[in-house]
Amino acid sequence: MSAAIECRELRKTYDGKVEAVRGLNLDIQAGECFGLLGPNGAGKTTTIEILEGLLEPTSGLVTILDQTWKSHPRELREKIGISLQETRLSEKLTVRETLELFASFYAEPRPTREVLQALQLEEKADAWVGKLSGGQRQRLAVATALVGSPRVLFLDEPTTGLDPQSRRQLWDIIRSFQKNGGTVLLTTHYMDEAERLCDRLAIVDHGQIIAQGSPAELIAKLGGHHIVEFALAGDSHRPAETWQSLPGVDSVRNDDGLVCLSVREPHRTIPALLSKVEEQSAQLEHLNTRQASLEDVFVNLTGRHLREN
Amino acid sequence: MTVAQQTPPSQQLQPQSKRRNGRWAGFLHLLGARMKELAREKEVAFWVFVFPLLLALGLGFAFRNKPADRTSIAIVAGANAQNILSLLQNSPQKAAIRAEIVERSRASSGLRLGKYDLVVEPLSTNKVQYDYDPARPESVLSHTEVNDALQSAAGRTDVVATTSVSSSEPGSRYIDFLIPGLLGMNLMNSGMWGIGFALVDMRQRKLLKRFVATPMRRGDFLLALASSRLIMMVIEVGLLLTFGILAFHMRVLGSLWSILLIGALGATAFGGLGLLTASRAQKIESVSGLINLVMMPMWIFSGVFFSYERFPAAVQPFIKALPLTALNDALRATILEGSSLVSQSGRLLILVLWGGISFVLALRWFRWT
Repeated sequence: MSAAIECRELRKTYDGKVEAVRGLNLDIQAGECFGLLGPNGAGKTTTIEILEGLLEPTSGLVTILDQTWKSHPRELREKIGISLQETRLSEKLTVRETLELFASFYAEPRPTREVLQALQLEEKADAWVGKLSGGQRQRLAVATALVGSPRVLFLDEPTTGLDPQSRRQLWDIIRSFQKNGGTVLLTTHYMDEAERLCDRLAIVDHGQIIAQGSPAELIAKLGGHHIVEFALAGDSHRPAETWQSLPGVDSVRNDDGLVCLSVREPHRTIPALLSKVEEQSAQLEHLNTRQASLEDVFVNLTGRHLREN
Repeated sequence: MTVAQQTPPSQQLQPQSKRRNGRWAGFLHLLGARMKELAREKEVAFWVFVFPLLLALGLGFAFRNKPADRTSIAIVAGANAQNILSLLQNSPQKAAIRAEIVERSRASSGLRLGKYDLVVEPLSTNKVQYDYDPARPESVLSHTEVNDALQSAAGRTDVVATTSVSSSEPGSRYIDFLIPGLLGMNLMNSGMWGIGFALVDMRQRKLLKRFVATPMRRGDFLLALASSRLIMMVIEVGLLLTFGILAFHMRVLGSLWSILLIGALGATAFGGLGLLTASRAQKIESVSGLINLVMMPMWIFSGVFFSYERFPAAVQPFIKALPLTALNDALRATILEGSSLVSQSGRLLILVLWGGISFVLALRWFRWT
């Protein structure tokens, strides 16, 4: 199977100074939903806009469906659908008129009615764009990407700022596009979105990929699948080694007074932890165990939280 | 193995009912969308269509040629006041003079406030005193006119026989001068704002970027924007001329086709300038300033409301090179004098050059993202 999206040694330097993307390689297979995950300013949008052919890379090679932007710009535009991070469509056109307009740019678009139906916008078809809710606007933005009947869909933070219900609606839409054989590349800074939607993902930080794989693989790399979090009363800080020696502990992280242990077998670690606390004559203020998430993967790799900075 | 049961993805993606777009589908939809947006924007209708009509109406009435420019004078009440009044009412100029007898104080304050152009004070049976303001043209005029009326009514005979021909034909009135100027100004305004502002607004909203992310032809987009301007131009020209003809009995001597052609060249010149102004600006605030900066010299110099001949001779070549001057002059010559297009070729060339050069530069600098 050939890659739907491929890029090699991608670099983008703004004004000769700011390095937004620093040597990025990606191989995204046809039919895959791939996520670029990272904090704001990590270079996700720059990367996706280079892949979309909207930005010129400083150096590197991009191939989409075995074609390059230099050699087949028009053919590629016919085959991909794009939703930018923020587009404010004309407020005084109706939903249907907006879709008809975008459909008119493609040689063989999908029937507008079908797209309206698929994105649950039929009821709003004759409403002005200016009267839509945030979720409806975002669905319309995705609709304008789907109306050309693309083979590859690029979505830049498709659910940012949406309520939970609108987010789930969009996830369903993306999944059904993928089920019909489409390839999806999306950026997000939501962990749960990446975990639920993406077959594989790349964690991006400072313009580089720092980890890549399926959500399960990435979590497995942490070592333990479980996280034990606790805090001690008062400002009694203990060095990480105090907890590292406990049975079943893979790694220790101190997160602003909250100690996070990543463990394989919580039932062995927790009793040992309790006696250790007693031994140190300290008092527990908080104790919690949970499944490890991509957030833990990210914090472990970078020492920072995704939504910081 | 279940491979045989799988449908190849590409086949599943094919839509049920196929639809093929022709070469011009994108252009026609862009044009349609633009016209719908304009029609739904109430402010556009007001500024483009209603405002110039109001301006013409207001200025047309303020500067209308009064049927008989009647001068208003006060006669100071006194012994001979009634005598003076009846002399004036029997003079050949009686139609042009409106006189009334008032107290001295009211007469003086009336002159000061511009209610009266002249105060006539009878000093004795054969002697009057005129109070007038030499700085006010109508006061000076009134002075001579009333004096003439009094003298001839009292028996003065003219030594030289004279006849006068008056000329206030349609075509030479202020409103006739004004309407083509308003037309030119309106084409400038709507070209600069309708192209320049609209483009930066779309760039700021990232709509331009979204459009170029589709297979849309960029040339089609600009062509649609230009076409919407031309359609608007035809409506603007038609509306103002019809208004001039109906409300002010304006006479249009040139052919409608010549006027529309000049209008189209004007719209193109200002469309090009609008495009150039908008080629790089990212924010509507910055483009608004730029548009005003570009239009300012033409507001002042291009003879919209009054003739630019009053400016010093040294700046005349500069004034005549401005696109709005060329447009106004060509419109006036065609509408008011019925001049041929050939005789306007110099002015039309100026419009073509402004439009062409700004278009080429704009395409070079234009940023879609």
